Amino acid sequence: MKLEGAVLRNLLARRRRAEWIFKIAASGALLFALGTLGVLLLDVLRDGLGWLDWDFLTHFPSRKPEQAGILSALAGTFYLMILTILIAFPLGVGAAIYLEEYAKKHWFSRIVEVNIANLAGVPSVIYGLLGLELFVRTMGLGRSLIAGALTMALLVLPIIIIAAREAIRTVPNPIREASYALGASRWQTVWHQVLPVAFPGMLTGSILAFSRAIGEASPLITLGALTYIAFLPDGLTSPFTVIPIQIFNWVSRPQKAFLNCAAAAILVMLAILLAMNAVAVFLRHRTQRRMTL
Amino acid sequence: MTETIRKRPPRRKTQERLVQAVLFFCAAVSVFTTLGIVGVLLFETIEFFREVPLWSFLTDTQWTPLFSDKHFGILPLACGTFLTAAIAIAVAMPVGLLTAVFLSEYAGDRLRGTVKPVLEILAGIPTVVYGYFALLFVTPLLQRFIPGMAGFNALSPGIVMGIMIIPMISSLSEDAMYAVPQNLREAAQALGASRLQTAFGVVVPSAFSGIAASFLLAVSRAIGETMIVAIAAGQQPRLTLDPTHPVETMTAYIVQVSLGDTPTGTIEYKTIFAVGMALFLATLVLNLLSHGLRERFSEKYG
Repeated sequence: MKLEGAVLRNLLARRRRAEWIFKIAASGALLFALGTLGVLLLDVLRDGLGWLDWDFLTHFPSRKPEQAGILSALAGTFYLMILTILIAFPLGVGAAIYLEEYAKKHWFSRIVEVNIANLAGVPSVIYGLLGLELFVRTMGLGRSLIAGALTMALLVLPIIIIAAREAIRTVPNPIREASYALGASRWQTVWHQVLPVAFPGMLTGSILAFSRAIGEASPLITLGALTYIAFLPDGLTSPFTVIPIQIFNWVSRPQKAFLNCAAAAILVMLAILLAMNAVAVFLRHRTQRRMTL
Repeated sequence: MTETIRKRPPRRKTQERLVQAVLFFCAAVSVFTTLGIVGVLLFETIEFFREVPLWSFLTDTQWTPLFSDKHFGILPLACGTFLTAAIAIAVAMPVGLLTAVFLSEYAGDRLRGTVKPVLEILAGIPTVVYGYFALLFVTPLLQRFIPGMAGFNALSPGIVMGIMIIPMISSLSEDAMYAVPQNLREAAQALGASRLQTAFGVVVPSAFSGIAASFLLAVSRAIGETMIVAIAAGQQPRLTLDPTHPVETMTAYIVQVSLGDTPTGTIEYKTIFAVGMALFLATLVLNLLSHGLRERFSEKYG
């Protein structure tokens, strides 16, 4: 009896030790992940903060790192995103409405569904290859803003469709039924009842999708977007560069000072992303409150 | 009055049909995108294999399309891709899984609610930033411990890529574990199992297909990742599994060729599509497997 008690105590002690070891290992893992995030941000801040000033934002890139700025990249990112949103948002919302409100559950909607899930997993360079062959070469758009925007639109489309579908699914069915009962057609129901309720959710998801697109460099490099541009884009067919490409260009230079330029550009990009995410979080917060009312 | 009502339905019908057609077109764009990708890759790849036999593409141990002595063996690029992806998974899998078990089985709702979004930030940081971090912070740090390490190497971008995909593994695995029914845990605990025993003896095995799905998706993501390796791994295709040497991945090769001005129709131009095809097929298989596993998981507990 006494012996059994000792064995049990031993067993319990071992169990407790195992719990402890796991907790320490898990906390270590978590700390490693979050700590790296902190170190990364601090590293970029240390390298870049000193270079970040008004001149950096309003100057074109230059051979001399002291005079280099990101004006053309900033403008390129801005124009590219506007175009991408104009193309991808209506397409994505349209596709989501079709899949949620119109398509019957048969083979076509099933194919589209699997297809969207897979497209979301296709590496972004592959989209660059598609854009290069289809928009740049075959359609003859060249390495232009519009070719870049079309490529980026295809890249973010699956994410927008997924987000928009989720937003539509949160609209309670009685709203649709009430609308039909009053004699509204399907499109009238979608346009007047479903969309207004789902819209903030769609917007939130899309903002997150576009903020991902802002940081993408590889599809645009594959497309042939230039890395050195010392003018502002003046039309749809104008050559362009974007912030991540400019960063890549500066990181690849041997001169040490260009690395500071890269770090400063990273700070600008992260600030833009932070702002976009803050808007998305704000929108989500607001809609959640309204839904519970 | 009756006149207008009688008139209305046809107009409404045509409008409805028109709207439905437009919406159908929107949904079809995503199918066209896939067809476009497959078509473009297939077309240029077939052109490529007119000049380079498939056998030498798969078995030649050198990749030198940009030199005068041209060799077209995908093996060095595949090897570089495999090496960096394996390092990334070796970092992300243990960290991600530990985090997932901890968040799902130990942490309270509040801790999970704060940690999860913060972890997600890791996945939201642009990859060029990770490339910068790998080249200018992690590599110099590693060089202090590994003296012979080259400035461009597979290890540093591999590790950084692993950090980037931690949230992918942790949040997908955590979702899977969270979906395991509570009564399974209760049954285990009623039999005297500790929390840890419940977690690894019951919850993890039950959520296995979900965890495996997250693993496959992470591998696919690591294979397709471009900017980190393009910046920090160097651009020398070589057949080595030594992580301290410079390597070139398939994605980094596509970037390297794209930076130069390669005219259409040349063999260099076609190589990026052949490499892209290999990349596309590899990620497609992984994504489909992962999708299938997730479906199976949600059928079980959905």
